[in-house]
Amino acid sequence: MKRYDLIIVGAGPSGLSAAIEAAKRGLKVVVFDENEKPGGQLFKQIHKFFGSKEHKAKIRGFVIGEQLLEEADSLGVEVVLNATVIGLYQDKEIVVKIGEAINHYKGDTVIIATGAAENMVTFEGWTLPGVIGAGAAQTMMNLHGVKPGQKILMLGSGNVGLVVSFQLLQCGCEVVALVDAAPKVGGYGVHAAKVARTGVPFYLSHTIVKAEGEDCVKGVTIAEVDEHFKFIPGTEKHFDVDTICLAVGLSPMSQLLKMAGCEMEDNPKRGGQVPICDEYGRTSIPGIYVAGDVSGIEEASSAMIEGRMAGIAASEYIGYIDKDEMDAELVKLDAALDGLRQGMFAPANRGKTITETEEGIPISTNLLKKGFVADDEIERYPGVTHKKGIHPVIECTQNIPCNPCQDACPKKCISIGANITSLPTVVENETCINCGMCVASCSGQAIFLVDEDCGDGTATVTLPYEFLPLPEVGTKGDGLGRDGKRVCDAEVVNVKSMKAFDKTNLLTIRVPKEYAMKARFFKAY
Amino acid sequence: MDMRIEEHPILGVQEKGKLVKFTYDGKEYEGCEGEPIAAALKACGIMIHRYTKKEHRPRGIFCAIGRCTDCVMVVDGVPNVRTCVTPLKEGMEIKTQYGVSDKPFSEQ
Repeated sequence: MKRYDLIIVGAGPSGLSAAIEAAKRGLKVVVFDENEKPGGQLFKQIHKFFGSKEHKAKIRGFVIGEQLLEEADSLGVEVVLNATVIGLYQDKEIVVKIGEAINHYKGDTVIIATGAAENMVTFEGWTLPGVIGAGAAQTMMNLHGVKPGQKILMLGSGNVGLVVSFQLLQCGCEVVALVDAAPKVGGYGVHAAKVARTGVPFYLSHTIVKAEGEDCVKGVTIAEVDEHFKFIPGTEKHFDVDTICLAVGLSPMSQLLKMAGCEMEDNPKRGGQVPICDEYGRTSIPGIYVAGDVSGIEEASSAMIEGRMAGIAASEYIGYIDKDEMDAELVKLDAALDGLRQGMFAPANRGKTITETEEGIPISTNLLKKGFVADDEIERYPGVTHKKGIHPVIECTQNIPCNPCQDACPKKCISIGANITSLPTVVENETCINCGMCVASCSGQAIFLVDEDCGDGTATVTLPYEFLPLPEVGTKGDGLGRDGKRVCDAEVVNVKSMKAFDKTNLLTIRVPKEYAMKARFFKAY
Repeated sequence: MDMRIEEHPILGVQEKGKLVKFTYDGKEYEGCEGEPIAAALKACGIMIHRYTKKEHRPRGIFCAIGRCTDCVMVVDGVPNVRTCVTPLKEGMEIKTQYGVSDKPFSEQ
């Protein structure tokens, strides 16, 4: 039986981060992963991450995955793929199925970083081919380059549902509707807004009545639900679709921990069956740790920090570092994790209804019900100001832990301040040089550069654009409002693509000046 | 093959394995070597992977990460192969699975 200082189960963001920290301190580490490729779900994440620099904000998920793998590799971490851990027994004995062979290993410490699995909901026809998980859609399009369908309905308005809807649009699918039984959008408003402005209608307080079709999905019927989630007769709506995506939450994959005899609890706030553990992932069994979604559903940025914490705690447990060194490292990571757990979407606020921002500004009710901020609501946010000449308009309306925009501006036009969740403000006396860095760096695609009056009755709006084909200068089309509906004629007058923008192209459209604060997307005729 | 994404705005042109031939229920198709069988079938517009044993209901891809086993088929004579995590190889014989057999229920 082979022995390791540390055995990690799962080569996703938390497992790899744990491996890196432990290997740095001299531990002999192996990571087992059941998949053919390492990285967990990171390689399916093609959007720019939120947070601050230390959380790898504005870097796309798959790039973070590449960085983690490279670092783990350079530190000599052994990653064994196609290796399914099927047992975790007394004294940290681990049984792994590699190919058709069953192998035994022993770890002085073990970190379980198995992540989570998608939930599902049942409705008439839900077993038909064409009803898939949102994660499955991401896997098909972003890993394998195959569209999950042509016409798709998304169920679930949490961040997964919103982000995957956007990704479906990016690979050329049509998203006919975004549906959620909850009365309000569950994910970040900025994610909702970038989907809504392309014209995807949101149906909150609606859910699926049935999937239609004999052999595979041909259509879907949704209906409105009342406050008890009962269908309201007469509210049915039909869509022709070939695919229904379910983004209805995740459940921790904690079976190995239960098998090992760790104390478990059913905790809906953490997503289901989870091990009882302290803030550094120590379970009830000394030497067994958890990190990432398996210990409570959050996201990849916090999973990476949890992984690092567990890796450091394991290093101390078997004596590679002393307690003082561990404590010093953990304090820094505590602060980083704390930064991510702030704001309206913080784990502590789950299930609460928040009506005002930290600044005391009423939350947009349209954003929560329809996915976009209404024209008469947008002016109340501090990032939305008016000025002669080109200036940033920051349509960031919820307190989320994210601040790349304030570092992006070379002229310091944008300020968030020390509190990472504060809404960005436009600094009054600084002059925008139209470089576009803020537009490209906003992970929520919520920043626009607007010249409200070009002097000839027109205005220009520069917007982030991550679709193909990229319109050429001179292309005429519809200027779409925040709700995705046509508001005016628009013409592309500039297209900027730079390496520093990292695939976010900047499209400048000319519109009649009365639409300067209304046109937020472009669709060519 | 209009289900394949030729060029992606973020990922560019994805590197794929060389084109190989395989059969699905005896008919010849093409896919990219090394991609999951399920991806190759999807790209060819094939939705149904199997029919359930008791109620003979159709099933296709559901989780795409080897967890749910909804997409199992008979591959090179072996039933219950998870097509979403099994790489495509030249000449593979892929068959719809009826219960646990590649024979339609009427012939079982």
